[in-house]
Amino acid sequence: MSRSADSRGAFRRIVLLVIASAAASATLAAGTSPRFGFGKPVSEADLAAWDIDVRPDGKGLPEGSGGVMGGEAIYEAKCASCHGSFGESNEYHVLAGGVGSLKSAHPERTTGSKLNHATTLFDYIHRAMPYNAPQSLTDDEVYALTAYVLYLNDIVGDDLVLDRESLPKLVMPNAEGFYPGVGFMSVDGEPDVKAPACMKNCPMSGEETSSLPESVRGAHGNLALQSRPLGYIRQGESTAEVQAAVAGGGATAVAEVAPETLAEQVGCLACHAVVGTRKLGPSFNEVQARYQAEAGARAMLLAKLEAGGAGNWGEMPMPSVSYLPATDRERLVDWILSTPATGATP
Amino acid sequence: MKDSLLTGTRIRPAPENHLGEEVIQAARRRFMGGALIAGAAAVAAPAVAAGGETLDIPDWTRQLGPGVGTYPYGMPSRYEANVQRRESPGLTRTKQSSVSFTPLQSLFGIVTPSGLHFERYHAGLPEIDPAQHRLAIHGLVEQPRVYTMDDLLRLPSESRFHFVECGANTAMEWGNSAVPTVQYTHGMLSCSEYTGVPLKLLLEESGYDRKNGKYLLAEGADGAALTRTVGIDSALDDAMVVYAQNGEMLRPEQGYPLRLLVPGVQGISQVKWLRRLEVGDMPWNTREESLQYADFMPDGRYRQYTWIQEAKSVITTPSGGQVILEKGYHQVTGLAWSGRGRIKRVDVSVDGGRNWREATLQEPVMSKCLTRFRFDWNWDGGPALLQSRAIDETGYVQPQMNQLREVRGTRSIYHNNAIQTWKVAKDGVVTNVQVS
Repeated sequence: MSRSADSRGAFRRIVLLVIASAAASATLAAGTSPRFGFGKPVSEADLAAWDIDVRPDGKGLPEGSGGVMGGEAIYEAKCASCHGSFGESNEYHVLAGGVGSLKSAHPERTTGSKLNHATTLFDYIHRAMPYNAPQSLTDDEVYALTAYVLYLNDIVGDDLVLDRESLPKLVMPNAEGFYPGVGFMSVDGEPDVKAPACMKNCPMSGEETSSLPESVRGAHGNLALQSRPLGYIRQGESTAEVQAAVAGGGATAVAEVAPETLAEQVGCLACHAVVGTRKLGPSFNEVQARYQAEAGARAMLLAKLEAGGAGNWGEMPMPSVSYLPATDRERLVDWILSTPATGATP
Repeated sequence: MKDSLLTGTRIRPAPENHLGEEVIQAARRRFMGGALIAGAAAVAAPAVAAGGETLDIPDWTRQLGPGVGTYPYGMPSRYEANVQRRESPGLTRTKQSSVSFTPLQSLFGIVTPSGLHFERYHAGLPEIDPAQHRLAIHGLVEQPRVYTMDDLLRLPSESRFHFVECGANTAMEWGNSAVPTVQYTHGMLSCSEYTGVPLKLLLEESGYDRKNGKYLLAEGADGAALTRTVGIDSALDDAMVVYAQNGEMLRPEQGYPLRLLVPGVQGISQVKWLRRLEVGDMPWNTREESLQYADFMPDGRYRQYTWIQEAKSVITTPSGGQVILEKGYHQVTGLAWSGRGRIKRVDVSVDGGRNWREATLQEPVMSKCLTRFRFDWNWDGGPALLQSRAIDETGYVQPQMNQLREVRGTRSIYHNNAIQTWKVAKDGVVTNVQVS
């Protein structure tokens, strides 16, 4: 068999192999195996540290237990500073109170009054509390804190001890207070509000039922400074206070650039290095070294920037930079005379 | 270089088209004096029309500017410094669980610059090393898998434009007008081009249980380890696991290096810093879908899993807190969007909803994406009540505030998609009002 016939045979085998494997992946795609198979296959045990979610049926609850009695000390140490000793603080989500009030004229929406499943309380404390140290509590501590928050709501007695068996069985006061918003759960869900697309003489009185309350005017600061100050429709002047602020100088501050940045931006560094070798002109540390101690150096350099010219360092003339604001020229000269040789680099 | 020109309304008379304080006042005086300038002609001439304007050569024409590479990652002009995300004072207790609002009043078109996308964190902003980040997919699947970012970047990707709106956008307006500008009334709304891997592909790779796998749990890697339930239908339809936003990797504020994107669904479900997806057979009833993000109905019960964002629109110019400086032609413009698909039509009313005219939709009009609308308006200097009304491709019509309240009451917090009213007073001052 010639060498080339041998190659052809190898080629044919490869083609057949490719066809066979393509057929195999087509079969697999329709069946069970992944089409790409990227990523690492893992076991559920590998995911245990992350897989901490707890469902209303109790799936996901860990081993361990904790009760009201043990929970109190942990709560006082780790929770009360934000939530209050009785779970009453409204600085953050209010934990306790208002049980049974949701259908009244003055509903108090708290963890105790609102929550439908105690498992959610466990899940949330476990994954996200304490706020400044999430996932630092042991499973036993989470059971104990869950029990204690329920106790603060008078939902359970002080002898309650919770574990994975008992927690899902607890019936919360608002267990029946939730229902799925079916119309919002799919694109073709049935909307609950059906408005007509009326075009003429629609049933609107034009009566103003609400406007921005006087008490909150100005609460959002100077509106004039919160929008682009261009165009024939401008933001601002919504209140006398805002007007006063504007008149008093409420402009946004724009940072002044550093002298070395300025030197780069206006083109000085095209011809001058800050430190080191001479380019078309002297480096700034050379200028500094020559003129630093000389009386009148500042005025001479300022005049040079304004008029331009040649002669001090060679025959290459420097163009005038008189177009720069005088204050910028002063900043550049002061910087050249004081800084470059001390090691500042652009 | 001196920044004596501009910024804010502390403006010196400036060259070009900057309106200075005096200019504004002059326009005002002319306006108040009844010198009616009608139509576009008024705009063609600068506001300083009185004595014309002698053009001068400005500094920037007479000097060399900074060179290429001065700004390796470019930033907006310093004169745009007012255009910022802002918080609503007193809304939240901590910066770590808070929100900032997109300055819709200052934006054009439909894409939100990534740095102005609204922020919502529940436990602060995590700084995630993408090399160490992992996405786990498990639960009712044949083979649980863990993906690195390298793995995800290797999978086939898609790019699409979608809006993200917080379920609590416009929450402060349920009971009454409460905040002054469109930034605060509607600014928990942004729109980006996203790139990532279709979630359907990842679910198929995992061999998910097609019979019992009805829901997904999505979990973030932040300190809140935030979790939300997602319906499998949404997941299989157009949801994606995205790593890119407007051509670059996601911003940290939007979930770098990975977030879930469930188009048309409320922001809380677009879990940022996504690290885990679990397939299950029942919803999880997480804290963010029971204690929070559930809609309090008039009967004292809660509607749960209300994830679709229904059709909504708002006029961004002119809008609350603005002042119209001259009579005559102004383009009214705004945004419309629907979590159920494309916007079909937007109507605009200038008389508080009694009479409507159809606005022009700016192309492109994309599904579950912001659509820009525009409407030509000659302001006659009289009082006006501006409204916009979106209609989506399902025929759903954005409701008036009173129509929404008839069904949902005033205490829901979430999913306020009512028509917004901006009142234009005779002096041109625009304020946030509600009408019946």
